[in-house]
Amino acid sequence: MNFVIPSFAPAMPEMVLLALASFILVADTFWSKRYQFATYYATQISLVVVGFLILASFTTEQVFTFNDSFVRDSFADILKLFTLIVSLGIFLFSREYLLQHKFYSGEFFVLGLFGILGMFVMISANNFIVLYMGLEIMSLAMYAMIALRRNSGTAVEAGMKYFVLGALATGMLLYGFSMIYGATGTITFPEMAQVINSGKADGIVLAFGVVFVVIGLAFKLGAVPFHMWMPDVYHGSPTAVTLYLGTAPKLAGFAMVYRLLYEAMPGLVEDWQSLLIAISILSMGVGAIAAIAQDNLKRMLAYSGIGHVGFMLMGVLAATADGFSAAMFYVIIYAITGVAGFGMIVALSKAGNEFDRIVDFKGLNARNPWLALMMLITLFSMAGIPPFIGFWAKILVIEEVVKAGFTWLAVYAVITAVISAFYYLRVVKSMYFDKPEDSAPIEAITPALNWGVSLTAIVLLLLGLLPSTIIDLAYLSI
Amino acid sequence: MLTSFPILSTLIWLPIIGGLLVLFAGRNNDTVAKWLSLGTALATFILSIPLWTGFDTTTASMQFVEQVPWIPTFGVQYYLGVDGLSMPLVLLTTFTQVLVVASAWEVIKDRVEQYMGAFLIMGGIMVGVFAALDSILFYVFWETLLIPMYIVIGKWGGPRRVYATIKFFLYTFFGSVFMLVAFLYMFYQSGSFSILDFQTMPLGMIAQILIFLAFLIAFAVKIPMFPVHTWLPDAHVEAPTAGSVVLAAIMLKMGGYGFVRFSLPITPDASMSLDWLVILLSLIAIVYIGVVALVQSDMKKLVAYSSISHMGFVTLGMFVLYDILEKTGSIQGAQLGMEGAMVQMISHGFISGAMFLAIGVLYDRMHTREISAYSGVVNKMPWFVMFAVLFAMANVGLPGTSGFVGEFMVIMSSFKANIWFGTLAALTLIIGAAYTLWMVKRVFFGPVTNENVEGLQDLNKREFAIMATLAVAVVALGIYPNPLMEVMHTSVENLLVQATTSKL
Repeated sequence: MNFVIPSFAPAMPEMVLLALASFILVADTFWSKRYQFATYYATQISLVVVGFLILASFTTEQVFTFNDSFVRDSFADILKLFTLIVSLGIFLFSREYLLQHKFYSGEFFVLGLFGILGMFVMISANNFIVLYMGLEIMSLAMYAMIALRRNSGTAVEAGMKYFVLGALATGMLLYGFSMIYGATGTITFPEMAQVINSGKADGIVLAFGVVFVVIGLAFKLGAVPFHMWMPDVYHGSPTAVTLYLGTAPKLAGFAMVYRLLYEAMPGLVEDWQSLLIAISILSMGVGAIAAIAQDNLKRMLAYSGIGHVGFMLMGVLAATADGFSAAMFYVIIYAITGVAGFGMIVALSKAGNEFDRIVDFKGLNARNPWLALMMLITLFSMAGIPPFIGFWAKILVIEEVVKAGFTWLAVYAVITAVISAFYYLRVVKSMYFDKPEDSAPIEAITPALNWGVSLTAIVLLLLGLLPSTIIDLAYLSI
Repeated sequence: MLTSFPILSTLIWLPIIGGLLVLFAGRNNDTVAKWLSLGTALATFILSIPLWTGFDTTTASMQFVEQVPWIPTFGVQYYLGVDGLSMPLVLLTTFTQVLVVASAWEVIKDRVEQYMGAFLIMGGIMVGVFAALDSILFYVFWETLLIPMYIVIGKWGGPRRVYATIKFFLYTFFGSVFMLVAFLYMFYQSGSFSILDFQTMPLGMIAQILIFLAFLIAFAVKIPMFPVHTWLPDAHVEAPTAGSVVLAAIMLKMGGYGFVRFSLPITPDASMSLDWLVILLSLIAIVYIGVVALVQSDMKKLVAYSSISHMGFVTLGMFVLYDILEKTGSIQGAQLGMEGAMVQMISHGFISGAMFLAIGVLYDRMHTREISAYSGVVNKMPWFVMFAVLFAMANVGLPGTSGFVGEFMVIMSSFKANIWFGTLAALTLIIGAAYTLWMVKRVFFGPVTNENVEGLQDLNKREFAIMATLAVAVVALGIYPNPLMEVMHTSVENLLVQATTSKL
């Protein structure tokens, strides 16, 4: 038996992140009494350190390690970098929220770090087992985070709901994995693609496998008809946690879609494409129409998120490299915009008032014109109206489906975009045209939040004016 | 020297940056906000004059061109330029902007800096719409414009402003998304987003028809044409005065501009086979909407309907060319209709702007736009009524005012196309006179029956200056329209060639 020591270099960021997270987990119990924010700062520093590690070893080549179960490529690096950037924002906002609502604890950040580790593993997974491992690391961290506020009934309920449905989704995914493994005899993605292309695998088993995999993915992404958990979980969770689970995991979720559909099963495109078309149509439709009925902003953003997933899937179902690039761009922008949107709710929430109902935003322009403008930018960016970056995200995926020959789908998509513009406009209307219920000026709960939210929103505008660089990043990596 | 100076970019970005400055600098100081806005608007207008003086009327190609890659991966460019079709509209925009700022001087008291800032930003964006030669750049400007307008109507508008502004936004947004899909389709076919490349690319008949319909929805909503015009009366009535002026004077022209820049040159064969649709809708607008205007009791609504009716002339003048070609075998007569439509757009910009400003003058004093609330205004405001009657006459199309020139040209050429088109179009001379003069009679003349009217003050200096400027423009263009026609002539000829050359 000869045992070859694998090359650890490609997985260095993950290993450093694991080491740091474990260290902080232990250290937190010692220092949290004396230095309240030590865990927070250590967490942020860890993110920066890992970010620099990735940047320092950035490579455009594909490097495999651990018996081809782990892959490092520019796709992975770029998604990981954006995960880190988004997470920096999430933790910045979360600390203030947790303090304000009196359940600040180091565990939140430690769990967050482990969640990010899970995302990293998902992004770099090159076989079923590693992918599943990453998914579970991430999900378990999130179940705990949602229920962190033990005395809140809605949070615990949301946590339970997410856990049960998440487990169901994982079951579907695993079932699909096992079928595909049975048909192809391999769990490694590139090999799987070869076997499928060679035509040696049993088509029926493969088709069943694909269906279950797609269902599992749709569950995780929150696409219709597997979306029911999203509004409840988004609404029930503390906003800081909603901010977390509504943004960063979407990037990892997209990576999962990319690895499975593009790298492992390009040969089965006919099977998954038609499924995704249906899912995408339903998601965009439900996202546009159901959001109209919401009076809670978090719920509204959950439905709008369902619509965004539908849009993102349009890039995926184009089934081309450019299509996946457009989808990747979409999901990155969606995550950043989500930070701005949920971040605004966090920034304005006070103890006793979550500030998550649309009526809370009434007359915000009279109470704080600057933050109202920032929220306006965020909402219009989500609606896909130029000159904000959300417009470019939408235009690129629409361009890809037109190229793939689905012009009718593009027409349908823009109609749903018009419908969904209505509920974004309604929030803008509340902020600008309605009289405030309480006309006292309002400030973000801390200056740091004010800066954070403003910076994110301004980034949405600046990227919208000069989108070239970030578009190129997404297109070069696939 | 002028060729190297990025004059179009300046006209776009100067007001936008100025508007942002106003937003911040004028936050707690209305005086600063007002003067800064006026300064920016005036500077923009003065800087736009070289467009006119440096314009080469002998060529139909784009002038003052600026071309820089914007998103190289997708071939999206920051590509600006004007020809004889767009240059007058750019000037109209910068000109109107000054009046708009001046018109709000004492009237707006709530958040002056946001109001002024929004209008300046809008001004820059509108120049962008007319100057963009890259379709995506065009779309970005086209859509971005909705945001400040949405805020302006919703925040400073009348009692039903929220309804009106959401309707306005969704209508125009709905119209334009199809245009976006058409752009993407053509990019996929031609590999370029440049409008000039779209104009020369070959397109099959089915593709052309679908693209034509996509454009038609976008531009018909904007201009607006029957039956998608219903947002306009609501938006006009609820918008503050300056909002109505910008809507009527400039934003409606974007629809007309879209037809000549996109529909006719890009889809000539579809335009030819579907011209009956546009002509039919235009004639309905001219006659039916004219009659609707007759029964309005709200002055702004009346002028709004009259705008729709006048825009019917624009679309009629643009699309009669195929019938003329078929009938006479030459495009000579079509030239008249097309130029008439373009002149009508500029002239309507002045006249409708002036009418809305005049109504604004009355509204500021009486806070009502109901015709029945007025009577005998002439006894108290003779100067004002002098101007207002002049504008009303121009709206009717009295010879010697700018309103006459365009209408006359369009009616002439539609007679060449089909006697019925001509007859129906000419009906407007009667209907237009009826609704306008009847309003004039009820509002301005007659005895003073109302004590509010009794207390009216005549125009102050600021209002007088605004009115006089517009009056000069209306009369000058009516008596001597030649400079404007000269500017357009070559471009219109080129457009007619493009519109009659098959792309199949």
